Amino acid sequence: MSSSDTVPSNARVIPCLDVDAGRVVKGVNFVDLADAGDPVELAARYDQQGADEVVFLDITASSDRRETTVELVHRTAEEVFIPFTIGGGIRTVDDARLLLRAGADKVSVNTAAVNRPALVAEIADEFGSQCAVASIDVRRTGAPILDGDLSIDARRTDGGAFPFEVFTHGGRTPTGINAIAYAIRVAELGAGEILLTSMDRDGTRDGFDLELTRAVVEVVNVPVIASGGVGTLDHLVEGVLEGRADAVLAASIFHFGEHTVAEAKSHMAAAGIPIRPADA
Amino acid sequence: MTRPLIAVLDYGIGNLRSAQKSLERMGADARLTADPGVIADADGVVLPGVGAFGPCMAALEETGLDKQARAAAADGRPFLGICIGLQLLYEGSEEAPGIAGLGILPGTVHLLPGNVKRPQMQWNRLEVRGPSPLLESLDGAWVYFVHSFVAPMADNVAATCDYGGPVAAAIADDNVWATQFHPEKSARPGLRLLENFVNQARTAAVR
Repeated sequence: MSSSDTVPSNARVIPCLDVDAGRVVKGVNFVDLADAGDPVELAARYDQQGADEVVFLDITASSDRRETTVELVHRTAEEVFIPFTIGGGIRTVDDARLLLRAGADKVSVNTAAVNRPALVAEIADEFGSQCAVASIDVRRTGAPILDGDLSIDARRTDGGAFPFEVFTHGGRTPTGINAIAYAIRVAELGAGEILLTSMDRDGTRDGFDLELTRAVVEVVNVPVIASGGVGTLDHLVEGVLEGRADAVLAASIFHFGEHTVAEAKSHMAAAGIPIRPADA
Repeated sequence: MTRPLIAVLDYGIGNLRSAQKSLERMGADARLTADPGVIADADGVVLPGVGAFGPCMAALEETGLDKQARAAAADGRPFLGICIGLQLLYEGSEEAPGIAGLGILPGTVHLLPGNVKRPQMQWNRLEVRGPSPLLESLDGAWVYFVHSFVAPMADNVAATCDYGGPVAAAIADDNVWATQFHPEKSARPGLRLLENFVNQARTAAVR
C-alpha cells in the first residue's frame, strides 16, 4: 500500500551522533573526522532540546570495540529518556541482543543485512519489528531519471537499469543492488523502519536527495528517516513536505551549535508540519 | 522520602533496563528481577517490554512470571504494564492467534486499522478521558508510541491518542494501570507518569 493513502505521522527530528571509540565524530563524506564531544552528554542535551530520538552510528565498530559500545549504550540508558538507536557493526542476533539488553531501543543493520537480508527477519522475529531498523546507504549510479519521473518504471525494480544503488561499508562499496527493490525487501522481512542515507549528499550540506526519499516512501508502509545532506533548516522542511519522510536526521547543523533542535522544530511547525513542540 | 521497592519483571526480551533506570530516577528502588521473593516484597510491580506477543508470553511462562504478574495484579498492589506489557494483560491478541494472554483484563488486542502506517512510530498527544492518579497533569502531553496492535476501547481506557481515530493509550482498572506508549522514552511527561506511579507505590507501602 502506498503511504499516500495513510494518515500522516507527526514528524520526528533525529540528531545523529557518529561515534568512534566512545567519542562523537562527524565526517565530511565520512573522511575528515572532527571530535565533537561525549556522545552521552550530547544525547542528553538533545533530549533537553526536544529531540524526538537520537541515533548513534558506531562507524568503526568491530569485535574489539564491542565493550566500548555496550558501555556507551549503558550510560545513555541512564541519562537519556527518549528513544535511541544504535547501528554499526551489528552482524548477528546476539550482537543485537547485547545492545538491546544494555538499554538501546532499536538497532540498525546495514552492511550485514545487505550481505544476508535474513538478519533483518531474525532480529524482527526475536525482538519485534520496532527494534529492527534497516539502514540503507544509496548513491545514484545508474540510469538518469528523465523529467523527474519517479514512476515504478523509472525506478526499475525488475533488475534492469535503475537510478539508485545500495552501497555498503560507509558508502565505499557498490553492491549492484537496486535500492528501491531492496527497501521493499527489508520492509517485507520485518524492518520496522528504514534509515535512508544519500551518500551523494552526505556531508555536502546541499539538502536531502528528495527524489530518492520519496521513491522509497512510496513503496514501503513503514516509517522512513531521511538522511544525508542537511545544511539548513529549510532542508528539514523539504524532507518532510517534498520527500514525505516520517523523520529527518541531521548531524553537523546541530553538533556545532548552528541550530538547536528547538529551532528546527519551530521552523518545521511554522511550515505547517505536525510535530511535537520542543517545550512539550 | 522512602524509596518504594518496585519489581520490574525481567523476562529477558529486549530493552527492559530503560524502564528500571527511569523508575530509579523518579525515586524508586527499582529492580529488574525474576525473583519471586523480591516480587512478593515489592510495593509496586511493572511489566515492561518491547517485542511480539507470542514470544513475550512464552518467556513469561518459562520464567514463571505469568503467575507472579497475575498474583501481583490480584492482590491490589500498584501494577503498571508498558507497551507489550499492556497488551499481555488481555486475554489474547490478533498478533498471536491461539496464544492466551495473562487474562487480567477482558478482551482481545487487535491490529491497528489499515488506513494508518504500522507501526505507529511517533510522538502523539494524550487525551485524558477522566481523572486518574497515574495521568495527573498529563492531558495534552506528547508521549512516544511504537506499536502495531492496540487494546480494545472500553470504560477502563483512561486516555487515548488520535491515530486515524481514537486509539487506547492508557488503561486504569483499579490498581492495574497500563500505557501503550513508553513513559520511559517520553521525556519529561513520561517521567512525570512514572513519578505518579512511584508515588502510588509509596502510598501503598505505607498503608
